[in-house]
Amino acid sequence: MFVRNLGLLINATMTYTPPLLLAALGSCFSERSGVVNIGIEGMMTIGAFVGAAMALTCGNPWIAFLVGGLAGALFGLLHAIACVSFQADQTISGTAINFLAPGLAVFLCKAIYDGSSDTPAVDISMKLPKVFNDIFPVGSFWNNVLSNYSVAYLSLVLVAVIWFVFYKTKFGMRLRAVGEAPEACDTLGINVYKIRYICVILSGFLAGLGGAYITLATVSQFRPIVIVGQGFMAIAAVIFGKFKPQGALLACLLFGFCNGVKVLATSSNTVSPNLISMIPYIVTILALVLFVGTARVPAANGKPFQKAK
Amino acid sequence: MSNTKAKDSKSSFGAKVLHGNLLYTLISIAVGFIVGAILLQAAGISAGEAYGKLITGTLGKPKFIVWSIVYASPIILTGLSVAFSFQTGVFNIGAEGQYVVGTLAACIVGVFVKVPAVIHVPLCLIAAALAGGLWSMVVAVLKVKRGINEVLSFIMFNWIAYYLSNYIVNIPAVHKEGNGEATKDILDSAKMLVTSESLQDVLGSGASYNIFVAVLAAIVIAFILNRTTLGYKLKAVGFNRHAAEYGGISANKEIMTAMSISGALAGMGGACQLMGMGMRISQFSSQEGFGFQGITVALIGSTNPIGCIFAGLFYGAMKYGGTKLSLVNAPSEIVDIIMGTIIFFIAISHVFKRLLLSHTGKKAKSEGGTK
Repeated sequence: MFVRNLGLLINATMTYTPPLLLAALGSCFSERSGVVNIGIEGMMTIGAFVGAAMALTCGNPWIAFLVGGLAGALFGLLHAIACVSFQADQTISGTAINFLAPGLAVFLCKAIYDGSSDTPAVDISMKLPKVFNDIFPVGSFWNNVLSNYSVAYLSLVLVAVIWFVFYKTKFGMRLRAVGEAPEACDTLGINVYKIRYICVILSGFLAGLGGAYITLATVSQFRPIVIVGQGFMAIAAVIFGKFKPQGALLACLLFGFCNGVKVLATSSNTVSPNLISMIPYIVTILALVLFVGTARVPAANGKPFQKAK
Repeated sequence: MSNTKAKDSKSSFGAKVLHGNLLYTLISIAVGFIVGAILLQAAGISAGEAYGKLITGTLGKPKFIVWSIVYASPIILTGLSVAFSFQTGVFNIGAEGQYVVGTLAACIVGVFVKVPAVIHVPLCLIAAALAGGLWSMVVAVLKVKRGINEVLSFIMFNWIAYYLSNYIVNIPAVHKEGNGEATKDILDSAKMLVTSESLQDVLGSGASYNIFVAVLAAIVIAFILNRTTLGYKLKAVGFNRHAAEYGGISANKEIMTAMSISGALAGMGGACQLMGMGMRISQFSSQEGFGFQGITVALIGSTNPIGCIFAGLFYGAMKYGGTKLSLVNAPSEIVDIIMGTIIFFIAISHVFKRLLLSHTGKKAKSEGGTK
């Protein structure tokens, strides 16, 4: 019984972690390059809607998934134009996107689906596939552990890839440098604007993917409240993980695990689900107080950079 | 030479307009409505009809105007909360949670304490302010003592407040009898409603005087920021923490004070919503957004307390008008899109400012040359 529950718990963790993780990885790019992106929430929402709408139109989940990412990237571009080219206050621009993108998502939904703020359900054949599904018998421990949506594995691989990019490539070194000392980078001939543009657009793309995962895998339908708060949780995960992709992974796994506990506990227990739902947030605060301590924010984070003329 | 010119031009009215924020805010609002109109037309909805409904639905009858104002009051307060935090160098993204614990405190006092209205209403407001203030102060302590990023803890505290509210709503002693997932109604003595029947005839039965709380709070905050030593210290820390410390101001202490006041304002916003509009707390299915709307109000009001009153009234009217858009088959989300566009253009407005200023600067120079 215990083993079976453990298997279910791991499965639940792996179900709830990927969207947070994808968005958090995006946030890493943006924040490390020196651009605060609080618009992650909105970018996830538009990704969620476009993903669902695309799946309903073309029927291919992978195309829908990618297009959801691109929708997020579009708002990433908007954020980059404001923050990088126009040196706008990054918090203000992000707040604007958190109104614009979800507003547009529901607006389009109503315009396309006869005034309904929900899309029709995404049929199982249009959903992202699960892998390693039939290797072990249904209900067994290993089946529970391994039977996850393919994107769950993809997001784990992505952590490794992005870690490699951050710490082992020239681009990664530059993006970290740009977030610390853009003026110094500029004098060395690094194009600060270009790197920040790439990073902010990437952050939108990854957030869009995270949103699309939710409508194409777990919820299989777009609703206005389908994202609610997950973008902010992803930002929290990045701060928690000290602005490192590997740190964000651990933080997201913790959030995903707590969410898994919550879902399993509410389905079986008599304790108020609302009290159980508080656990992830209280655990985060406690973990910060007891173990993690101060996260060092990239030095140029939030500060607009203007190239000297 | 250029210095004297700048001084000269600053004294004239036109230059004042060009240097201030108001002109650019108004331009941004205009752009917001234009973008909204384009989207509406693209979706096959008449923008004229939708905007017409927005105007007649908010200004058409005294009753409608009153409703717009009632909608505005809590957002003015959360807006003030965020604006105050901006002025003091902290980003209060936690107004949402402080607002929620504010409604909770006001609701509990409003349901269970039996005192005359003269005492009950202020008592609820104080309870809400204390709850919001304490909620925010915990985050401040975590920031000051343990160096924990306040944006992170605010987000966590928003969610803790959210589930705490849902938990309290479902406690049998608090839960209303009969159907519906909500608390009992607050006692009549705790409601901020206009009771005079002759006034109700004109203003409608939903008329609340909660706006006076919001306006009074804005005036007090403006006074604190601009006319007191406390305000000076808070702004000094917000402007440059290290310089303030060098000048003998204890930055940590001021940050804690600022965040507590900011939280108290958001908490009072919760009380105003509960006692002027809601009368009970319903179970949440998603965050209500008053805190995030407060961010918008603070930005449209250029983080100026008095500006927040007008920005809040504007947002309140838009929010109330938005509820009527379904009558002309227009999605109410157009309000979010318009608001988002406005903030986006406010974010980049300094570019237009620079352009306009350099343009008029050139003109002034050439005029000077011809003289």
